[in-house]
Amino acid sequence: MGDLFTTVSNWLNGILAEAGIPPEAAEWIFAVGRAFLLGVSGLLLVVFLIWFERKVVARMQDRIGPNRVGPYGLFQTLADMLKLVLKEDMVPPQADKILFHLAPVLAVIGVVGLWAVIPLAATAYGVDLNVGVLYLAATGTLGTLGILMAGWSSRNKFALLGAFRTVAQLVSYSVPAMLAMLVPVMLSGTMSLAGIVAAQDGFWFGVAAPLAALVFLIASLAEVARAPFELLEAESEIVAGFHVEYSGIRFGMFFAAEFLHAFTIGALLAVLFLGGWRGPGAAEFPTLGALYFAAKSFAGYFLLVWVRATLPRIRIDQMLDFCWKVLTPAMIVLIGALVLVNRALAGTSMWVRNGALLGVNVLVAAGVISLLSRSQSQSHAGAHGRAPGKGAQPCALAGMGDEAEAAS
Amino acid sequence: MIPLSWYLLFAAALFGIGLYGALARRNAVAILMGIELMLNAVNLNLLAFWRYLAPAQMNGQVFAAVLLAVAAAETAVGLSLVISIYRLRKTVLPEEMDLMRG
Amino acid sequence: MTLEQILFLVFALIGLGLALASVTMRNLVRSAFALIGCLFAVAALFAMLDASLFVVAQVAVYVGAIATLIVLVVMLTRLEQQERIPQTHRYWPAAALLAAVIVAGVAWGLWQYGFFDQTPPALPAADPIVELGRALVDPEKFLIPFEAVSVLLLSALIGAVLVAGGANKKERTE
Repeated sequence: MGDLFTTVSNWLNGILAEAGIPPEAAEWIFAVGRAFLLGVSGLLLVVFLIWFERKVVARMQDRIGPNRVGPYGLFQTLADMLKLVLKEDMVPPQADKILFHLAPVLAVIGVVGLWAVIPLAATAYGVDLNVGVLYLAATGTLGTLGILMAGWSSRNKFALLGAFRTVAQLVSYSVPAMLAMLVPVMLSGTMSLAGIVAAQDGFWFGVAAPLAALVFLIASLAEVARAPFELLEAESEIVAGFHVEYSGIRFGMFFAAEFLHAFTIGALLAVLFLGGWRGPGAAEFPTLGALYFAAKSFAGYFLLVWVRATLPRIRIDQMLDFCWKVLTPAMIVLIGALVLVNRALAGTSMWVRNGALLGVNVLVAAGVISLLSRSQSQSHAGAHGRAPGKGAQPCALAGMGDEAEAAS
Repeated sequence: MIPLSWYLLFAAALFGIGLYGALARRNAVAILMGIELMLNAVNLNLLAFWRYLAPAQMNGQVFAAVLLAVAAAETAVGLSLVISIYRLRKTVLPEEMDLMRG
Repeated sequence: MTLEQILFLVFALIGLGLALASVTMRNLVRSAFALIGCLFAVAALFAMLDASLFVVAQVAVYVGAIATLIVLVVMLTRLEQQERIPQTHRYWPAAALLAAVIVAGVAWGLWQYGFFDQTPPALPAADPIVELGRALVDPEKFLIPFEAVSVLLLSALIGAVLVAGGANKKERTE
């Protein structure tokens, strides 16, 4: 029972060999089966995630949450899904039909595709790419494309505004997210996610570089566009943003993609910074590792839900300023310092090196906080800042100029 | 296996389409899109030559990486020029950008 | 015909079709979406060339770039302008002829040199990405070009911000 995954795959291999299927064909069948299994289980997980999130948020707001359908309201999501499927599927007559239909599919692909490279346990992963971290960045951008497509093809000005905000926000925040992902890559010396988990033997990167983990969490939160960064669907400003024209199951696809993406951020946090499947006894019993991984992912997801239930939405100029004036410079400084320290202490013991890295993180974080509090007091001392309406246009343009760096 | 010439032919066709787009389109943004196609065709050529002629050496890959960066820089500068001209002349059609014609 | 060749042809046809669509469509936003589809098809061909780094780099770089392009198109061109006036200028047959001549010339050259049955040699055992990384920071190999590219990117970044943002500041102070 120690290694459930290898046992099952050996058993299936035996069946295929007995059926007289050549090894290459069996490999193909396995690849397709793995992809199918990952995708389906990911989407099934959403059913549970929605229930979990509603329950947790309800408790935080002193409510009970779903409690009518099934024990503890567990089947509430299934009932909601049934309702969504049975709803009338409307397409605006002015809409660009092809792109309108393609957009939700892209949004789902952009999330489910991420699970292809995430190592669930020592012996269980879809595929071990040697460019895994870059793959995560590339696949994540497909969701951006889906949202932009949805917003433009709906022929609705609110949808288009939501899509424009998406471009400004998601493209901007992918810069600090990439820089934060660079830290585990640098410390482990590989871009393969399995390699990164393997390199966290004894010391998690989240302990050695907590600031990078925090920046990754914030930037990812912005990339999933959840509170406090849900500017692209801010219902009080632009109705429902990019998916205002979507109904029925197509809306359901955006909805499912968003929830699964949030959980995926938790999983990525676990893999990149919290040691993935690592834990006591996990190397000998991979099944145990999968449990550790699930626990860590849920801890990360719980953090995201907690943030959502606690923080109000930020303004769009604050959002862009925070990315370009705080997160990105801080990450650049941090990476430079980490490179130097890691290189200088290459020969010393693990404890000395990781301790020094932790010290660098604390120093950079302290510097950022002191700079921030100083600029805060300055802006309070001066006039009331910019007039409220004026921030919008320069900010939209700032987001476009910034693209140059994101593209590079 | 796929012959090298298939890649070269495909890249040539892509380059031709991009060239047509860059030369025949009236909109400055569309011209940038044509240039993007041409750069991609060249990148495909470089990688194909690397894979088929000298996979042990890194020259082809380095060239392709440099080209990717150059393409990004080109897009950034090109788009900023388009914005700047739009501010001054309220147009994105190059034929209307005739300030120097007197 | 092997499976690989069929895959190549499928991706090549998709790529060429989308590229043609992107240079001929009237609606520039659709044409930008077609362009990104074409770039994905090219990325698939990169994958067949065992250049995995460039597959993901292509997707990651171009999605952001094209998304910005689309925003610019929507903000800077009016829809009626796209639908009423022609999208190509009057010399377009000359451009088409030039493009056709170039493609035909390359095809003829390939025919002459008999490149038609070249097959790739085996990949060396070392991981190409590790090799590429080593080559980029090796002073004997490509350190200077690497640094030159980073200078280029930085200057392009600063230049873009200056060119696009400079007028903005003036407008604001006026």
